Amino acid sequence: MAHENCKHLLGSLSEYIDGALGDEICAEIEKHLAGCENCRVVIDSLKKTVYLYHVTSEDPQVPDGVRNRLMQRLDLKDLIDK
Amino acid sequence: MSDENILTEDGFSLTALQAGDKVEFARLVDAYYQVIYRLAVKILGNPQDAEDILQETFIKAFRYLPDFNGRSRLSTWLYRIATNEALMLIRRRKPDAISIDEPRNGDEQDQEPLQIVDWCCMPEQEMLSSESREYLDQAIESLPTSLRVVFVLRDIEGLSTLETGEVLNLSETAVKTRLSRARLRLREELTRYYGDRMGRKPVANEGGR
Ligand SMILES: [Zn+2]
Repeated sequence: MAHENCKHLLGSLSEYIDGALGDEICAEIEKHLAGCENCRVVIDSLKKTVYLYHVTSEDPQVPDGVRNRLMQRLDLKDLIDK
Repeated sequence: MSDENILTEDGFSLTALQAGDKVEFARLVDAYYQVIYRLAVKILGNPQDAEDILQETFIKAFRYLPDFNGRSRLSTWLYRIATNEALMLIRRRKPDAISIDEPRNGDEQDQEPLQIVDWCCMPEQEMLSSESREYLDQAIESLPTSLRVVFVLRDIEGLSTLETGEVLNLSETAVKTRLSRARLRLREELTRYYGDRMGRKPVANEGGR
């Protein structure tokens, strides 16, 4: 990533993987990616990073008792089924 | 009193909620307590703190519902209360720590990729082992607060850029910039971790999940 072009693209990669960039800049990025393996690795691992956090987004399970204590604190306990 | 019944986009009677109807409020609590709890765990990194924030959030929500103006989604409004409560707790804990709203100088920069290792071909089962999941949590905790909250709201809770901006009082541009910085830092951390594991023999007992 010592390359100046690589540094120049760095700030756009996050929006690039979200598909949030215009055609012109996408073309510029893709042209660079075609000739730069380092940036391809960075893009792939950036996508994978976002993906891993996405698939684990339902962690952690809410522990037992949290809901009960919440309802109690809110004085709603009589209103709900256990 | 009119008979008009205003519904929120997630199907709650705003009219009932704003009139202090406890049955409707209990329904709202049931619909959102899990996401709010998880949000708090991820911002604070601690289940006990998260439970306190969860309770404070719904106490405040009940109190301030009459002031809710319907300009944002009700869920966004709840996220906003919870996030503010969590940030206030962090400020109380570390009063002399850097401001949460303004990134520090070092946080202004994009993390230049130092680790260039292709770990994407690792088996997903190994990337998502219980040990790896713990590491994913640790990596989030290592982010500066100003970047962490944006990442949690956008990439974990799945809020849009606009909604994240509403929760945090930030422009969409600021949300995008902070998200980019957070992702690049996490990529760096994960590359170090998974790259290291790729060089090792698989651990014999990977445990549960
Ligand atoms: Zn490059």
